[in-house]
Amino acid sequence: MSEVPDSVAVIDQIPQQGEPLTPRTPLHHTARAGGAGQLHYREHDLTGLLVLRGNAADKAFAEAVKATFGCPLAKTLSFVMAQEVSLLWLSPDEWWVLCPPDQAYALEVQLRERYSGHFALANNTGGMTRIQLSGPQAVQVLKKSIPYDVHDAHFPVGKVVATVFGKTQAVVRRLGQNDWEILARRSFADYIWRWVEDAASEYQR
Amino acid sequence: MFHIYCPHCEEYREEEEFHPKGEAHLARPEDPDNCTDEEWGDYLFFRKNPRGVHHELWVHAAGCRKFFNVTRDTQSYRIYETYKIGEQPSKAITA
Amino acid sequence: MTQINRLQAGGRIDRSKPLTFRFDGKSYQGYQGDTLASALLANGVDVVGRSFKYSRPRGIMAAGADEPNAVLQLGATEATQIPNVRATQQAVYDGLEAQPTNGWPSVNLDAMGFVGRWFGRFMPPGFYYKTFMYPQSLWMFYEKHIRRAAGLGRSPRAPDADQYDHINQHADVLVVGGGPAGLGAALAAARAGARVMLADEQEEPGGSLLDSAAQIDGEAASVWVTRVVNELADRENVLLLPRSTVNGYHDHNFLTIHERRADHLGDRAPEGMTRQRLHRVRARWVVLATGAHERPLVYGNNDVPGCFVAAALSTYLRRYAVAPGRSLVVSTANDYGYRAAFDWQDAGHEVVALVDSRANPQGAWQEEARERGLRLITGAAVSDVRGSKRVKAAAIVPLNEDGTQATGSLQWLTCDTVATSGGWSPAVHLSCHTGARPQWRDDIIGFVPGESREQMLTAGAVAGSYSLADCLKEGVSAGLKAATEAGFSGADVPVPTVSELAETPPMALFAVPHPKPNSRAPKQFVDYQNDVTAAGIELATREGFESIEHVKRYTAMGFGTDQGKLGNINGMAIAARSLGQTIPETGTTVFRPNYTPVTFGAIAGRHCRELFEPKRYTAMQPWHEQHGAEFENVGQWKRPWYYPKPGESMQEALNRECLATRESVGILDASTLGKIDIQGKDAREFIGRVYSNAWAKLAPGKCRYGLMCGEDGMVFDDGVTSCLGANHFLMTTTTGGAAHVLEWLELYHQTEWPELEVYFNSVTDHWATMGVAGPNSRKLLAELIEDIDLDGEAFRFMDWRQGTICGVPCRVFRISFTGELQYEINVPAHYGLYIWERLFEHGEKYNLTPYGTETMHILRAEKGFIIAGQDTDGSVHPYDLGMGWAVGENKPFSFIGRRGMKREDCVRPNRKQFVGLKTKDPNIVLPEGAHAVADPSQPKPMAMLGHVTSSYYSAFLGRSIALGFIKGGHERMGDTVYYPLEDGRVVEAEICSTIFLDPKGERQNV
Repeated sequence: MSEVPDSVAVIDQIPQQGEPLTPRTPLHHTARAGGAGQLHYREHDLTGLLVLRGNAADKAFAEAVKATFGCPLAKTLSFVMAQEVSLLWLSPDEWWVLCPPDQAYALEVQLRERYSGHFALANNTGGMTRIQLSGPQAVQVLKKSIPYDVHDAHFPVGKVVATVFGKTQAVVRRLGQNDWEILARRSFADYIWRWVEDAASEYQR
Repeated sequence: MFHIYCPHCEEYREEEEFHPKGEAHLARPEDPDNCTDEEWGDYLFFRKNPRGVHHELWVHAAGCRKFFNVTRDTQSYRIYETYKIGEQPSKAITA
Repeated sequence: MTQINRLQAGGRIDRSKPLTFRFDGKSYQGYQGDTLASALLANGVDVVGRSFKYSRPRGIMAAGADEPNAVLQLGATEATQIPNVRATQQAVYDGLEAQPTNGWPSVNLDAMGFVGRWFGRFMPPGFYYKTFMYPQSLWMFYEKHIRRAAGLGRSPRAPDADQYDHINQHADVLVVGGGPAGLGAALAAARAGARVMLADEQEEPGGSLLDSAAQIDGEAASVWVTRVVNELADRENVLLLPRSTVNGYHDHNFLTIHERRADHLGDRAPEGMTRQRLHRVRARWVVLATGAHERPLVYGNNDVPGCFVAAALSTYLRRYAVAPGRSLVVSTANDYGYRAAFDWQDAGHEVVALVDSRANPQGAWQEEARERGLRLITGAAVSDVRGSKRVKAAAIVPLNEDGTQATGSLQWLTCDTVATSGGWSPAVHLSCHTGARPQWRDDIIGFVPGESREQMLTAGAVAGSYSLADCLKEGVSAGLKAATEAGFSGADVPVPTVSELAETPPMALFAVPHPKPNSRAPKQFVDYQNDVTAAGIELATREGFESIEHVKRYTAMGFGTDQGKLGNINGMAIAARSLGQTIPETGTTVFRPNYTPVTFGAIAGRHCRELFEPKRYTAMQPWHEQHGAEFENVGQWKRPWYYPKPGESMQEALNRECLATRESVGILDASTLGKIDIQGKDAREFIGRVYSNAWAKLAPGKCRYGLMCGEDGMVFDDGVTSCLGANHFLMTTTTGGAAHVLEWLELYHQTEWPELEVYFNSVTDHWATMGVAGPNSRKLLAELIEDIDLDGEAFRFMDWRQGTICGVPCRVFRISFTGELQYEINVPAHYGLYIWERLFEHGEKYNLTPYGTETMHILRAEKGFIIAGQDTDGSVHPYDLGMGWAVGENKPFSFIGRRGMKREDCVRPNRKQFVGLKTKDPNIVLPEGAHAVADPSQPKPMAMLGHVTSSYYSAFLGRSIALGFIKGGHERMGDTVYYPLEDGRVVEAEICSTIFLDPKGERQNV
């Protein structure tokens, strides 16, 4: 196991031996869920996150991505889903692959086998958490949090946006009419969680 | 608070998502060790700071993290156009 | 007390809901629907404050945002104090507590009044500048006492009990103002399907229609208002915001709205509701329907309580059913003043005279005045008033045709109320925020918004259109145009029909001449809030202030919370006449945000207390908290600073942490260091260009320290970068520099070297990092890691290995920031706390000691390792630091910083160089920042040689150590320098090597 790989170091980061460990998500120290009535929010269980970088115009890359993750490279400001995998556009050459944590390694290896051109894949599973925000009042919480326009006409289901959140940043995507997701960096998760709790409080009575 | 069209995200975003990075089109000298002090000084220190049309480098820091250029009037704050790195501003505006 | 001025019927107040409130220590009653101003007037309260400079009694003059006098302090408790509230904009609620902001001990018995009356005459414009400017050092003293005397309201001394928040809004059409034009615009844009916001500053939308006698589409105006407001409220595409003032119009159609959500409900906001909300609006199109403020005429003693602007009287009479007097004299230069007389008469009170300055006005309004039997006096105006706390009589004077000369003597009329109208001033404030210069229009005698570069339209009175029919027509038309421009068209919105009296052209009259010259006439106030008089403005122009901006600053006209809403145009007209210019030649001053005062609470929003600033935590935070860590802010991170045991001082804790690490094993949470994953076939080349040292030969499995410089050659960051694979590196950065370094790499990749095949990704938060340091670190790790051979020969200093710790996959880097045998363990952050706890389970027998950033600083200083940002300040290059070994002179590519550090100034002798410093007395710890001199007895200012950047007490060495800069220091080893301190002590120190401990590195190479 202590062999150093050749050109790129890839590690299966799932504990393999002994008793199964419970990963501690960034918000494990909170209730991880809250809300009432028209608004609910909760922290999603640990999700695998692979940061994918590459050239969307490279057909071989795009095909290898589709074959590996089951969904094509997402277009500007959108995300695509296939079974347990989501692919989120972050930038013209950056996508986030969300997957079950125990599939991250296998997916990375598969893509590296399929495509040997210029690209990058970095496992950032521990670096992020997902906060689900649901209910008709979710948009109000978002309006208090991000400067981005969340109106139906501007932020339809299927869109993903990286923007300012309070005094930090977050990635926000719309999963359904009343279902939203905030992807927060681990170290900022506590701030974002407190912010959401605070912003949500007026809609919970 | 500017409203800036990100040429990579292909839509307008709020200014707070961006950081200004100074004058645009500052090319690093090809051979820094052998250029003159004047050339090097121009690259390192001297900036235009015009009143009126100015080409600026911005980065979509909270968004796609891409750098791009903004043609902006420093007096009226009007933004004429934004364009990607490697592209040139429209001649009609710079003239 | 009874409401002596309340009419028996009418108004939009709810007589079934009486409310009790207090003002200036007395209890009063009002009704639901009253403003504080209408309720005070209903109770016959004439004096609501004292003037700023002369301490003259002042009463309510206006009915809206233009009110200059009734600026009150609200709040029943210390925590709910709000200064600068206009009584005209504050709804009465049960239990409301209001205080005047000036006047002591009360507004009716004012001690300062004595001072003001006697000294006011010695306080001409510019008085403060002339009198209190010298000596400048005493200004703070003067100011304190001047402000106490003036009483401009006070800030609360207890934390605000309520919450405030912000919300981001986006609209296709933002309509500002809910009068006839604004309602028409909002209705039209909404029917077209646009996303519409309508903000109105009053308790309810409707504006002038709420006190109008006009009929719209055959119904009372108020009925039309109700119908339109109901339709807007029902529409999903409309956000209707009453009690919401659009206060700022910023770049690219970004506007801020100050919504008072709960100010009308009570002293405290209801549970769970923020008191005020700041809306941050990005609008595609803006329709300004902000209306106009009526200008009072300027005349002698025009500040005596009982003097009103004419339209305000109609508002009080018709909207609030209050007649603030019994006998009225109206003085007007136009038809608008007639309404006040008619409404007063309709309320059953006496109109003593209706005085029109025009020589021979002949129109529908005059006809009606005659039909009503009113005493109409033409070619004259009110020129003087008698009374101190209430008007007792008004004097009218005949005027020449253009109103510049009094052509006769004063004729006194007994009355208790004077209402004047000099015409209307469009509320151009918001348009001015966009940089648009107001344009003068002779036909309406006022400034209208100039052409704006924003996507903005104007409608109604703000555009100079004062007839109701025009306001409605322009409103609907602007709403449709804005919607169409925003992409919504095809709405069919008929313009409502109205019947109104035709108008006769107004006359330009601002200041009414007095038979005496202004300098000898009674005070004629222009700006009430700042006590600026017509004579004062004339004095300013005589003293040479010709620009209106200078006149403003010299006299204070238009300053403060008032912003000249009532007085500015009159002041400009007076200045213009005094300068022999026209008003457009004189120009107008610039209005700036905010339009009316905004509370600090609304500006702060929820960015306060625990949400003031993001706090970043590592995965091990719960452990740190449980174990009593004190925290230090590093960027936004909270890092353990030290872990005091009960009863331990900070220095005792540091000594213990340092010794435990040097003697056995210590552990540091290093997760905050920036980590950048770099992949691509050109990764190595790129790294070589951004670091000053060489990277060509770093093999997989190896780590190297790197210095990062700017193009100027100055160090800005450092860290260890490890070769994970031939095309794969992991760069670490300083905690505070992580984001900047990543952006720096992207900048050069995106703009200079896009051809290099490399990608950078931040993995800072993914890895939890634990630095395990000390002679027993290997033994401890050997118990937990089975699959890495930790033997010193197999796993050497500056190697890294992949393996498993307690079942968790990890990377272990054998690097050292302490000079000890040290391993940095990286595990996925979600297992970080688990591994940290396992280390302590096994570490107990080795006295595994957690240490914080302060001990880290001491340990590294003992080894002479720099901290970028503490020992460097952007003016230090690698050679200054004595780190020339980290400059790859032979690298083929001219890396960032190479040319910079070759500049003439960078290679001159006697630069400040990084050295170690040992105080002569080993127990004295030099203060960081202390400056070195060669001779402490030299006269001041002394020639300084450099300064201390890092300084600590080293328990392991048993003495203090310091690092810092000394001119030419590298050549001055062994020399003595002196540090004169603030307290008079002079500390003597010897220049030495930066490495205080183990210069050969024997402790780490084991």
